[in-house]
Amino acid sequence: MNTVESLKYFIPELILLVGAFFVFTIDFFVKNKRIVSGLTLLTLTLSLCFVKQPETALPLFYDFFHLDNFAHFFRYFALIAVFITLLLSYSYTPIRNQYEGEFYGLFLFMAFALILVATANNLLMIFLSVEFLSLLSYLLVGFLKNDRKAKEAAIKYLLFGSVCSAIMLYGMSLAYGASGSLELSTIGNTFFFAPFKPLALVAMLFFLVGLGFKISMAPFHMWAPDVYEGAPTPVTAFLSVAPKALGFAILFRIMAVGFLSLGRPPSLILTALSMLTMTLGNITAISQNNMKRFLAYSSIAQAGYILMGLAVLSKLGKESILIYLLAYLFTNLGAFAVAILVEEKTGNEDLAAFSGLSQRSPVTAAMMAVFLLSLAGIPPLAGFIGKYYVFAAALQAKFIMLAVIAAINSVVAAYYYFRIVRLMYLTPASGPVFSAAPKSITVVLCLTLVVVLAMGIFPSFFLDRILS
Amino acid sequence: MSSHILSWIIFAPLIGAAAVLLMPKSKTSWIRWCALLTTLIVFGLTCYALSMFQGSRAGFQMLEKAAWIPQFNVQYLVGTDGISFPMVFLTALISLLACMGSLAHIRVKEGREKEYYFLFLLLETGMMGTFLALDLFLFYIFWEVVLVPMYFLIGIWGGPRREYAAIKFFLYTLAGSLFMLLGILAVYFAASPHTFSMIDLVKMPRDFFFQKIVFLAFFLGFAIKVPIFPFHTWLPDAHVEAPTPISVILAGVLLKMGTYGFLRFSYPLFPEAAVWFQPAMGVLAVIGIVYGGFVALAQTDFKKMVAYSSVSHMGFVLLGLAAMNANGFRGALLQMFNHGTITGGLFLLVGVLYDRAHTRDLNDFGGLGAKMPGYAGILTFFSLASLGLPGLSGFISEFLTLLGSYQYSKVMTATATIGIILAAAYLLYMIQRVLLGQLNPKWTGLTDINWQEVITLAPLMVFILALGIYPNLILDYMIPTLDGLLKILGGAVR
Repeated sequence: MNTVESLKYFIPELILLVGAFFVFTIDFFVKNKRIVSGLTLLTLTLSLCFVKQPETALPLFYDFFHLDNFAHFFRYFALIAVFITLLLSYSYTPIRNQYEGEFYGLFLFMAFALILVATANNLLMIFLSVEFLSLLSYLLVGFLKNDRKAKEAAIKYLLFGSVCSAIMLYGMSLAYGASGSLELSTIGNTFFFAPFKPLALVAMLFFLVGLGFKISMAPFHMWAPDVYEGAPTPVTAFLSVAPKALGFAILFRIMAVGFLSLGRPPSLILTALSMLTMTLGNITAISQNNMKRFLAYSSIAQAGYILMGLAVLSKLGKESILIYLLAYLFTNLGAFAVAILVEEKTGNEDLAAFSGLSQRSPVTAAMMAVFLLSLAGIPPLAGFIGKYYVFAAALQAKFIMLAVIAAINSVVAAYYYFRIVRLMYLTPASGPVFSAAPKSITVVLCLTLVVVLAMGIFPSFFLDRILS
Repeated sequence: MSSHILSWIIFAPLIGAAAVLLMPKSKTSWIRWCALLTTLIVFGLTCYALSMFQGSRAGFQMLEKAAWIPQFNVQYLVGTDGISFPMVFLTALISLLACMGSLAHIRVKEGREKEYYFLFLLLETGMMGTFLALDLFLFYIFWEVVLVPMYFLIGIWGGPRREYAAIKFFLYTLAGSLFMLLGILAVYFAASPHTFSMIDLVKMPRDFFFQKIVFLAFFLGFAIKVPIFPFHTWLPDAHVEAPTPISVILAGVLLKMGTYGFLRFSYPLFPEAAVWFQPAMGVLAVIGIVYGGFVALAQTDFKKMVAYSSVSHMGFVLLGLAAMNANGFRGALLQMFNHGTITGGLFLLVGVLYDRAHTRDLNDFGGLGAKMPGYAGILTFFSLASLGLPGLSGFISEFLTLLGSYQYSKVMTATATIGIILAAAYLLYMIQRVLLGQLNPKWTGLTDINWQEVITLAPLMVFILALGIYPNLILDYMIPTLDGLLKILGGAVR
C-alpha cells in the first residue's frame, strides 16, 4: 500500500503528531498550563475516537507498518496508558513546578512512538521506533533535572539502553546479511534454510538483549529499580506498563515472524529466561523498603509471567500475553495511583508510609488491597484471569516445569504483596487522616478499580473484544 | 426446579455484605443486626432447600447452569447432592452461630465492626460457593475467595501472634491451591471436548499415569486444607490466634473443604489413582490420628489442645475415605458433619472461658466445676461427644469409620483406635485440670455461662444428641450419593 492510500488508516497517529507539535508551540504563549494539559487530553481523546479496527491486516506505507488486530490492540493499550498517566501527573506537585507544558507534549510523542512500535514490521522501522521510544523515556526519567536521583537514573538508563540497542542493531545486521532484506517475513523465510540456523540463533539472542532490556527481562533488568526509583512517580508508573508491553508486542512479532523456523530452541531459552526473571524479581522484591523499588521488582516478576506466554509461542500463548498485559495495565496503574496519592500526602516514598492506611483513608486502602490482590493473582480479579491464561498456555504446550516454577513464584509474590496489605490493615495508624484526593487521581482509581473487578468477574466481555 | 435456591444461598451473604458496606461506620448495632439477619436468612434458605432435597436420589439436584466464560467453556454450574448438602447445612448453621458468637466478642476492637462483618459475610459466600460449585473453575474461584477474608479476620482480630498466623495460613493454602489450579488445567486440557464441568468430566476415562500425577496436584491442595499430617503446621497457629468465632468457622467448615474436595473431585475424577494411593492415604490418616492425639495430650493451652484434637479427628475422616467402602465413606462424611458441630462447640467454650479469665493455660485453672456449673455441664457434654461416648454423635461416625477401615486393613484400624484412647485421655485430663480439683483463688470472680452463650451452643448440642441417637436422620441423605460414588470406584477396585 502506498503512502497516500495508507494515510487514511493513519489518522490517529497523525492527530497525535499534530497535537504534540501544537502543544509544544502553544506552551510558549499560554501562562495557564491547565489549558495545555486540557489540550493534550483532548488530542488523546480525539485520537482514541479515530482508532478503527482494520478488517484485514493492512501493510501500510509499503509494508513498513503492519496494522493487524494484534497491533490494533496495542494502539488502544498505548493511548489508554498515556491517558491514565497524564491524569496521574496532573496533580503531581514536582512536575507542576517545572516545564509542565513540555511534559505533556513529550507524552503525546510517547503515544505516537508506542503505536509505531506496535505496528513496525521492518527492521529499520523497528529500530527507529524502539529508539524513538527509548529517547523519550530517557528524557522523561530525567525530567526533574534538579533532582539528583533523577539525573542518576536518566544517565544509567541511557547508558544501559544504548548498549542494549547497539547489540540489537548488530543482530539486525546479521539478519540483514543473511537475507539481504529488512522485511521480517523475508528474513523469516530465509532462516528456513538449514545453513542459516546457527546465524539465526545468534541474531535472535541479540534481539533478546535489545528488547529484553525494554521488558526488564533478567539478566537485563538491573536498570529498572534505579530508574524507577529516580524517575517522577507518574513516569515510573508509565514505564512499568507501556514500554514494557510494547516491548512484548514487538518481541512477539519478531519471534513469530522472523524466527519461527528455529522451532524449539527459542522456546527453551525463553522458558529459562522466564523462570529466571520471575524468580529474581520475586526474591528481590521481598526485601525492598522503597515503594517504587518494590513495584519495580514486582514488575520485573510480572514480566517473567508474561514471558511464559511468549515462550510457548502458541495461539493461546499469544492470547495470554494480550490478556495478561491488559490486566496488568489497569492493576499496576491503579497501584501506582495509590502510591502517588500516598507519596503526595505523606511526602514519603517508603513502604512505611502505608502503615495504618486503612484507618487514615479506608477507601484508598481498600482499593490498594484490591490492586495488590490482583497483582498476586487472586480471583476473582483481573490479575487472576491473566495468570490463569499464562498457566493454561504453559500447560497446553506441556511446559509443566515452567508452570510449576511459576506457581511457586506466585506464592512468594503473594507474600510480599501481603506485606503492604499487612501494613495497611494490621499495623496501627501513624499519622493524620488523609484529606480528599485530587479529582484526577480519584478518576484514575475508580476507572482502574472498575476494570480490575469487571475483568475478573466478567472476563468474557473483555476476551471477546481482545481476541476477536 | 428452576427456583435458583442454591444461587440465593451462595449470594445472599454477598448482598448482606454489600448492605453492611453501605451502612455508616458509627451505626454498629445496625451492622450487627444486618449481619445476623443475613446469616439467619441463609440458614432459612438452606432449610427451605432441605425441604426440596430428595434424599433418596443419587446424582446432582437443583442444578443451575449458565455460560460464564464461553471462551474456556467455563460455566456457572451449581448443584448439590448427598455429599455437599450436609456440608452446606453445616456451613449455614456454623455461620449463624459464629455470627451470634461475634455479637458479644468483636466489640473489643471498637470501630472496625463494619470491616469484620463485611469480611465475615464474604467468607460465607466463599464457603457456600465452594460446596455448591460443580464447575472446576468456579470451584477454584470460591476456594480462593475463602482465603482472603480469612487472612484479614485472623490478622486484624486475632491474638498476639496474629500477623504470623494469618500469613502462614494464607501462604500454605495458596501454595496448595495453585498446584490444584495446575491440576484443574491439566484435567481441562486432557478432556475432549475441553470442559470444567464435573457432570461431563466424570464420564470421561483418563490415563492411569496422568491420573496419578494430577491426583497428587489435587492432593496438595486438599491435604493442606484438611490438614493431613506433614502439612498441618499452619493449623495450630491459625486456630490459636484467630478470634473465637473465626476458630469455630475454621474448624467447623474450612477443614471440611479439604475432605469434601477428595469426595467430590479427586475420587470421581481419578478412581484408579485413588485406589493406587489408598495405602498412602491410610497411613497418613493413621499418623494424623495418633500424632494429633499425642500432641494434644501435651498441650497446656486449651485452644491449642482443641486444635490438635482437630488434626486427630480429621484423621478419622481421612481413614474413612481411605477405606473406600460403604461404611468408611458413611463414617467419613458423618464425621465431617459431627466434627463441625463438636469441635465448633469446643472452640466456643474455650472462648467463653477466655473472655472471662483472659488466659487459656490449662494448668492455671481448676475447680471451676463448682464455680461455673452450667459451663461445666456443657463442656463435659462436648468433651464426651468428642471422645466418642456412645449415644452422642461422635461415637457413631468414628465407629462407622473404624468398621469400614477394618475391612480394608486391620493393622491401621488397630493403630487408629489408639487415637480414641488418646482422645479420652486428653479430654478427660483437660476436664480434670479445668473443672475439678481445688479452685484457684484467682478465679473466684468468674461468672457462669450466660444465656447468650448458651443459645449459640444449644443448637449444636441438639444435633449432637439427635445424631447420636438416630444417625439415619442425616445418613439417609448421604447414602444414595455415597453408594453412587462407590460404584464409580468399584470399577477401579477390581
